[in-house]
Amino acid sequence: MNIPGIKAIFMHEMDRARRTIFQSLVSPVISTSLYFVVFGSAIGSRITEIDGVSYGSFIVPGLIMLTLMTQSVTYASFGIFFPRFTGTTYEILSAPISHLEIVIGYVGAAVTKSLIVGLVILATSGLFVNIYIAHVGWMLLFLLLTAFTFSLFGFLIGIWAENFERLQIIPLLVVTPLVFLGGSFYSVNMLPEFWQKVTYFNPVLYLVSGFRWSFYEISDVSIMLSLGMIGTFLMICISITWWIFKTGYKLKE
Amino acid sequence: MPSFISIENLSKVYQNGHIALNGVDLDIEEGELIALLGPNGAGKTTLISIICGLVRPSSGSVTVDGHDIIRDYQHTRKLIGLVPQELPIEPFESVIKTVNFSRGLFGKTPNPAYIDQLLSDLSLSDKKYSQIKALSGGMKRRLLIAKALSHEPRVLFLDEPTAGVDVNLRKETWDLIHRLRENGVTIILTTHYIEEAEEMADRVAVINNGSIIVVERKAELMQKMGQKQMFLELQQPMPQIPEQLGDYDLYTQENGTILVYNYETTRKRTGITSLLKDLSSMQISFRDLRTEQSSLEDIFMDLVDERVEILEHAESKYASNS
Repeated sequence: MNIPGIKAIFMHEMDRARRTIFQSLVSPVISTSLYFVVFGSAIGSRITEIDGVSYGSFIVPGLIMLTLMTQSVTYASFGIFFPRFTGTTYEILSAPISHLEIVIGYVGAAVTKSLIVGLVILATSGLFVNIYIAHVGWMLLFLLLTAFTFSLFGFLIGIWAENFERLQIIPLLVVTPLVFLGGSFYSVNMLPEFWQKVTYFNPVLYLVSGFRWSFYEISDVSIMLSLGMIGTFLMICISITWWIFKTGYKLKE
Repeated sequence: MPSFISIENLSKVYQNGHIALNGVDLDIEEGELIALLGPNGAGKTTLISIICGLVRPSSGSVTVDGHDIIRDYQHTRKLIGLVPQELPIEPFESVIKTVNFSRGLFGKTPNPAYIDQLLSDLSLSDKKYSQIKALSGGMKRRLLIAKALSHEPRVLFLDEPTAGVDVNLRKETWDLIHRLRENGVTIILTTHYIEEAEEMADRVAVINNGSIIVVERKAELMQKMGQKQMFLELQQPMPQIPEQLGDYDLYTQENGTILVYNYETTRKRTGITSLLKDLSSMQISFRDLRTEQSSLEDIFMDLVDERVEILEHAESKYASNS
């Protein structure tokens, strides 16, 4: 195991976040605060409670998930895309480091960064609304699994993307809409029956639902279904990653 | 005992069908400096990219220090440093961080004393904390060399180290390579500047159209392939070559004031003594004499041309048969 190699990639990525601290940490916090002002105060004053939880508190897990997913994808995709863009991948590909070690370095850093942002947002939320966490262990498990899955997904996008536009297109056109439509800001029960059925095809619903359950013990679907879904998505990402390194897709001639 | 680097029957066909390498065999000894010389597109970069792990070979094998570069890549790649042709760098990083990153990537624990010495050897000490984007082109190239040497490799690949750089920087790079060489690092450099190979290499491998045409010690190559010319500056101009000298390969220059004799150094008898005797018996006297050896450039052109002729010959033969 090339431990110094993994550490080098990990620290290199963490250092990038430190250099761009405003973009990495401050901007997610500001946008979360804006959500609280708009959704929590303006809309929340009309929707008083959902399943016995105040609307402001209800949206906290969804907001954390929204940030966690978009940031995981962004960090990991940028982390591997940037060296491809500047041409510095030659060094990684010529180093005595296995594919698994490369993934641990890049994805590990993305997971760490998005977890930090997620926890900072949780703390920020505490300034606006009352939060209680019923199952801390489950909450952390969902946080970790989601960060890991979406970081791996971001890593794949970073390898697939040929330009900055492609790099942005998945987070903007796929991840964000799925999170918005996945019950982050409402309970699925509030939708008409037809749209409820449509929502069940959205994988993000299961993540948000499970995560919210760990807070308030209310959920749209069962906790085991939530875990099963995220497990499935994770396996798909791992399989594609394995295939990419096996074939050298977009990395090696 | 196999060579330090042993390349056997290595071929590479790219997905678009381009044959970049066609059955290359080459052995490289530890501590030598070998120049891979060839025109653009000859396959030089593909060859070193395969050894460094950037390109997968289509067939054939390479061993470094007795280990297969694919099966035992974790062993072989630790021994290798690569300086690519372009200058790929992350602009916002600092010099010291990018060098430390390279060292870690190649599995080495930090060694600040070694890195400081390396930066000092490459005249980058005062730029240690500078952002890379603030460096000049020459410094960036030295930085890439520092990155490639950061993990103390035993062999350094330099892909076109002086392509597109000015005369001063080229000279500077050559000095640097000489110094690395003295420290015992095995160096493989690709170049299309004959001058560069002539200046530095112990051995020269001429590569063209994906095949190695010749590998020879530079001196032997020049001697073996080399033609020499003897220039005689005559006291009296010679309007034409006298018939008595018809056996010699002679011609005149500068309105007959200089007599040029072509001879091959590989022959047992170069014919110089008999020519000079004949000249003296014909009472032809001369003021000065000098000899010139054909440069690697001439040899290279001859080799590449010869190759083209062989191919053309084969093609016409094929055409007449079909």
